[in-house]
Amino acid sequence: MSTNQVSFTDVSKVFALRVDNQVQKISALKSVSFEVGQSEIVTLIGPSGCGKTTALRILMGLETASRGNVMVAGKMVKGCGYDRGLVFQHAELLPWLTALQNIMFGLELKGMRGAELKDTAMRYLDLVGLKDAANRRPYQLSGGMKQRVGIARALAIDPEVLLMDEPFGALDAQTRESLQGELLEIQARTKKTIVFVTHDLDEAVLLADRIIVMRGGSVQEIIKVDLPRPRGDLGTLRGSKEFAETRYVVWKALHNANEQRH
Amino acid sequence: MSPTSTPIAAPSAVSDEPVTVARETPAWMITTLSVVCVIGAWEFFGRGVDPIFGSYPSAIAAAGWDLLKSGLLGRALWQSMQAFLVGYGLSIIVGVPLGLLIGRSRTLEAAIGVFITAAYAMPLVALVPFLVLLLGLGFAVKASVVFLMAVFPIVINTWLGVRAVPKTLIEVGKSFVASDFTILRRIVLPATIPYIMAGIKLAVGRAVVAMVIAEFFTAISGLGGIIINSANNFDTARMFVPVIVLMVLATLLNGLVGWIERRVAPWQTEMSGRDGG
Repeated sequence: MSTNQVSFTDVSKVFALRVDNQVQKISALKSVSFEVGQSEIVTLIGPSGCGKTTALRILMGLETASRGNVMVAGKMVKGCGYDRGLVFQHAELLPWLTALQNIMFGLELKGMRGAELKDTAMRYLDLVGLKDAANRRPYQLSGGMKQRVGIARALAIDPEVLLMDEPFGALDAQTRESLQGELLEIQARTKKTIVFVTHDLDEAVLLADRIIVMRGGSVQEIIKVDLPRPRGDLGTLRGSKEFAETRYVVWKALHNANEQRH
Repeated sequence: MSPTSTPIAAPSAVSDEPVTVARETPAWMITTLSVVCVIGAWEFFGRGVDPIFGSYPSAIAAAGWDLLKSGLLGRALWQSMQAFLVGYGLSIIVGVPLGLLIGRSRTLEAAIGVFITAAYAMPLVALVPFLVLLLGLGFAVKASVVFLMAVFPIVINTWLGVRAVPKTLIEVGKSFVASDFTILRRIVLPATIPYIMAGIKLAVGRAVVAMVIAEFFTAISGLGGIIINSANNFDTARMFVPVIVLMVLATLLNGLVGWIERRVAPWQTEMSGRDGG
């Protein structure tokens, strides 16, 4: 692998939790290491509480690691930065701003002003197919549209790495499938590196170049997905033998993870 | 055998089936009817009461017309409103930023939160003589009393509002590397507007009461002055005039704040839209 966009080296995270006047130490991550290459899509999958979201939040800079190194694009991660864009689980658009203004929000903070600001925001709104909804406020958008704006907002600041925290988890099956397809198209066009957290097995296989299966705060297995890229029609892919085989491999890894947990 | 599926044509989304759209009585009509009933009942039963101990709407209206013609009511209203507007305006200017800061800073909250909560319950009537000693009998003391009554509900509501801002919205700001001040101004403040507006509305009633109290205790003037002078002359109908004026004024101010809220935070009314208004 030539260049690693993301490298997670021996990262641990311990939370202090106060239970009945006693401080309990909860180990959320135990020396987790993985790399993500340029333009690669890596999904983190595992049962809830396995540390996948914690890993993503540390990568984003919203949490700090108790030990270990996190590098993005050759730089040590210290807090949030414009080299990373985060897509939240429930979009988290600012309800008082229109779709367009929500995208402009991040760009403005990055220092963009004037005509360029609006044009750029509009271009990214167009990228997610919502040009006609520019002036709608979040409550006037469906769940899928909100998440599209969320993706556009994160992409607009042109980050090195796009981080996604179960972004399609709360959507209905049809909307989820069309957004998965759109995400792959957008990635093919923008060549973004993506780290995607999910608990959905199909989603992990459909999107990823590699799947990191996590369990109890550590990496259980890293599975390379040998499906062609571009993935083409996802419906056809779902019916293919290769998809079923890969899915089974990941399922077994997850199953193992669960068994050892109980 | 492989599973089979039979496609069925989807029905058109536009239906020509008859629907009844429920027609509801508008809220303002209900309110008007309610007010008319109460005034009617007061007029009917009030006429039987000795005019020293009570009055009724038509007598109050006549007394009000006399006061208006003599120019006394207008002058008193203007005197009262000056103190009211200055005190109330200051309470918003001071209260909102203070509430935002206390809500955002753990240190400030621990250091001065307790004073704010205690001061909210302060028996202000008892403190007016003390304020008179400090500030004299003029305009300053009136405006201060209004300010002190109005500022705490605004601070407390704003403070509670800040505490209720979802953590994830703050993280949106952080993820775009926003400074604390930017997060306060561009995320916390707009997210807190419904709470701020509720505080500003609560403060209207308290500020009106404060204004009258101040006019009782200080230089007898303004609407409070008319109340106390009329009461001393056993002119009950005349005494009720400023009382009614103040009640109407508070209701109008509340409506105005509500209107401003719908203008500055239209998303809020839409999001929490109640069925049937």
